[in-house]
Amino acid sequence: MVKQVRIALRNCGRINPESIEDYINVRGYEALVSCLFEKKPEDVIKIVTDSGLRGRGGGGFPTGLKWQAAAKENSDEKFVICNADEGDPGAFMDRAVLEGDPFSVLEAMAIAGYSIGSNKGIIYIRAEYPLAIERLKTAIEKATEYGFLGKNILGSNFSFDIELKYGAGAFVCGEETALIKSIEGKRGEPVVKPPYPAQKGLWGKPTIVNNVETFANICPIILNGAEWFRKIGTQKSPGTKVFALAGKINKVGLIEIPMGTTLREVIYDIGGGIKNNKEFKAVQTGGPSGGCITKENLDTPIDYDNLLAIGSMMGSGGMIVMDEDDCMVNFAKFFLEFTIDESCGKCTPCRVGNKRLHELLQEITSGKADEKIIPKIEMLCNTIKKASLCGLGQTSPNPVLSTLKYFRNEYEEHIKDKKCRSRVCKALLRYQIIPEKCNGCTRCARNCPVQCISGKPKEVHVINQDECIKCGVCYTNCKFDAIIVS
Amino acid sequence: MARVTINNMNVEVFKDSTILDAAREVDIYIPTLCHLDLESFNIEHRTGSCRVCMVEVEQNGKSRMMPACCTPVQEGMIIRTNTPDVIQTRRIVLELLLSDHPFDCLVCSKSLDCELQALAKQFGIEHLTYEGEMSKYPPDLSSRAIYRNLDKCIMCRRCETACSDIQTVKVLTGYKRGFMAVVAPAEMKPLADTNCVFCGQCVNVCPTGALTEINYIKKVWQAINDPKKKVIVQTAPAIRAAIGEEFGLNGEESVTGKMVAGLRRLGFDLVFDTNFGADLTIVEEANELVDRLKKKENLPILTSCCPGWVNFLEYQFSDLLHIPSSCKSPHQMLGAVAKTYYADKIGIKPEDLIVVSIMPCLAKKYESARPEFSRNGVPDVDYVLTTRELAKMFKEAGINIAKLKEEDFDNPLGESTGAADIFGVSGGVLEAALRTAYEIVTKKELKNVNFTEVRGLEGIKEATIDFDGIELKVAITSGLGNAKKILEKIRDGSSYYHAIEIMACPGGCINGGGQPYILVIHLYSKKE
Repeated sequence: MVKQVRIALRNCGRINPESIEDYINVRGYEALVSCLFEKKPEDVIKIVTDSGLRGRGGGGFPTGLKWQAAAKENSDEKFVICNADEGDPGAFMDRAVLEGDPFSVLEAMAIAGYSIGSNKGIIYIRAEYPLAIERLKTAIEKATEYGFLGKNILGSNFSFDIELKYGAGAFVCGEETALIKSIEGKRGEPVVKPPYPAQKGLWGKPTIVNNVETFANICPIILNGAEWFRKIGTQKSPGTKVFALAGKINKVGLIEIPMGTTLREVIYDIGGGIKNNKEFKAVQTGGPSGGCITKENLDTPIDYDNLLAIGSMMGSGGMIVMDEDDCMVNFAKFFLEFTIDESCGKCTPCRVGNKRLHELLQEITSGKADEKIIPKIEMLCNTIKKASLCGLGQTSPNPVLSTLKYFRNEYEEHIKDKKCRSRVCKALLRYQIIPEKCNGCTRCARNCPVQCISGKPKEVHVINQDECIKCGVCYTNCKFDAIIVS
Repeated sequence: MARVTINNMNVEVFKDSTILDAAREVDIYIPTLCHLDLESFNIEHRTGSCRVCMVEVEQNGKSRMMPACCTPVQEGMIIRTNTPDVIQTRRIVLELLLSDHPFDCLVCSKSLDCELQALAKQFGIEHLTYEGEMSKYPPDLSSRAIYRNLDKCIMCRRCETACSDIQTVKVLTGYKRGFMAVVAPAEMKPLADTNCVFCGQCVNVCPTGALTEINYIKKVWQAINDPKKKVIVQTAPAIRAAIGEEFGLNGEESVTGKMVAGLRRLGFDLVFDTNFGADLTIVEEANELVDRLKKKENLPILTSCCPGWVNFLEYQFSDLLHIPSSCKSPHQMLGAVAKTYYADKIGIKPEDLIVVSIMPCLAKKYESARPEFSRNGVPDVDYVLTTRELAKMFKEAGINIAKLKEEDFDNPLGESTGAADIFGVSGGVLEAALRTAYEIVTKKELKNVNFTEVRGLEGIKEATIDFDGIELKVAITSGLGNAKKILEKIRDGSSYYHAIEIMACPGGCINGGGQPYILVIHLYSKKE
């Protein structure tokens, strides 16, 4: 495919993920060897820092700085955690890496361990990824057998073990402090930072938590140097990013593009444009924590800061394209439903605030809201953002705020005109029979599940609007196009 | 030390202080709800869940909201606690809490003692901006001691901290997630089916009416007004100062006589002193100690007058059931004596005699219902009321004990030696038993017993007494977290004590789960 550059996905589909020989053939473990025997830990951290690599899990925190912070701490024990608790709806970037190139993650974790002075790695992976777990188990076994893991790796003084921990599928456990709690066997809930995990993490010891894709970038950076990496992507966000392209687009799937590629290139050149030649409406990046991006911003080069500036975020790499048939109010409501389901319930703004926010959106989509509702929603969104404990709560109102910003007119139509232009919000629909076209075949009346259509055979039928549940059965059953929706 | 600025004032505080600590230094009030001050328990309490203590923090040119209760200060922080933005944020957070809380304050047993209610008043909240679905759960009345009404739970998690971290009972925990999240036993089991010991510290820290006692006031009124029944009331030593607190009497002032007068006015037929039972306990335990010392078996002897701690032992150290004293708790002793010896003496059938105990304790509610503490279906103690419930009865009946003339307990079960007066405080039971045992063995009077902190075992005190040649090592502790430490030492054989006193509640019965909220919250809070 055009315009793609594969760093994180470099080996996926190209090597046998269960064969360590295959991995070694594509320069596998060269990076670890060069670190152990040619570089001091601080040199390795310097390369990672100089490369400008930023956390691919969503926050975009510079990886080198994280490692530095943990390396600085004096402790008898430190931990390297790989966050494989991928949970964004429709996103499967990490899964692809783990299933297609597990050794690269193990190698990178060992490098991280060497850099910060840790002998223990843990991969926190969701139990819903059985194949990835199988492949990782095989990889750990083989790497240990070949001496790339375990005691005195390749005869050096450095020892490193990796263990798997399974998550039970809570989205919030992707938040690093919640993830640590979960590993400790406690309820998966975030705790207040600071102190950061780099100072006080797992079992109170210095810990770094990096995402799978971040680790997948490490070995190429060590092998090719920071300069090489910096040449790819933009100045503030070097490298590439993997996205899971989904929604109303012709070619869905995983893509890896250099930072700085525009959304237009992604959607039209790589994604093949909108399905069924419909009109593009918006694209949601960053999953439930992100915001939507409209036509006006299609030429924005994708990187961490640009996406933030236009009210969305990079997130872990979900990208959902919407067309003219999507209702933006309903869309915001959909993501909020996800957040409500996945909130841990610890802090008030996220637990109660998001529930109330959802109820307000419900009022709008069911035609019960008045004009005062928008300032109420905005005030609530801002409070949830400011006062929530962790990233999940702090970003949960983003889909609402960004749709309010770019599609305020749609909200107003729902509220004032009681109209949903995309005909998604059922409560606002109105099914009517055009008398001129109805020939009294009775088909609609016979199929109506609530029997709210009356009329004698061969006479014009009428829908009782008070009883209509807007299921659309009459509409699909009418052979004479006598029923219209408005 | 770290220098920070709070509302334009310069403050210098210890490096590990929180913003809340720093604000208190300069008398700036920041509201809190989920926070507890647990330094004295050596517990780092960083829940930070309610978000009513949010403040604005400016650092490195960036400004954001942080919770004051668990954000450590850092050199150069600029903190603002009362900007319009801060106040609006706190206010909306509070309104959100209220939007999922029943509005039945008028008929809530926690009314006027409720911290949520107090905050709502402080913020001047007169209507809610956001309203919607409310949580609904079946009430839990399974235990006879603790009433759980989860509709009122605001997820502050204080009870969980008290249960799991302070008392190490570990029954209460976060359950379900999102809007459905509450604090409950695993799988939402009723409390009676869990390892709950009913110490009631969860009740003491609950800021709302989600956790209260199961109330027996109505039943006691019925008994008092039943002409066929003779109703005996007995009062524990620890309730006396506490009940005075509810009527504006200084804690130092002895209110015993006034309370006795009030109890007669309520209509109790006889007012006895649990100290009588305590005297029996002392004699029994002293003899048991002397006996075990002689036989050199089942040592150390553990005091057994605290039913919360007995429950704890039964659930968590069931292999050590042979070492506590065989004595039941003093009020149960008095109840048993009343329903046998005394009933016989005054010629009344035990079933027509009702014994009501006024206790600082919730575990005693559970204890009195244990099947082994009844004979032929007649319980030794019929009802246990807490100090709080007694205060309510007084108020309901229009009795202000502060105004009453002091009266004496009834005889014969109202007399006591005075040794039991110290039962309410940690160390009291053991000291009293030691005095008696000392006299039995040496025929001499024991001088003061000096307990000192054990090095490396915080919260545990020990003393060594020369028992006519035998070096008697004794220890006292309170709070189940401390009890666990000492019990583990007994289990692994590294304990060298001959006798240990254990009280379930931190500090002893004075901080029991049935004491006035205003008293016990001081244990966990520096709140003014």
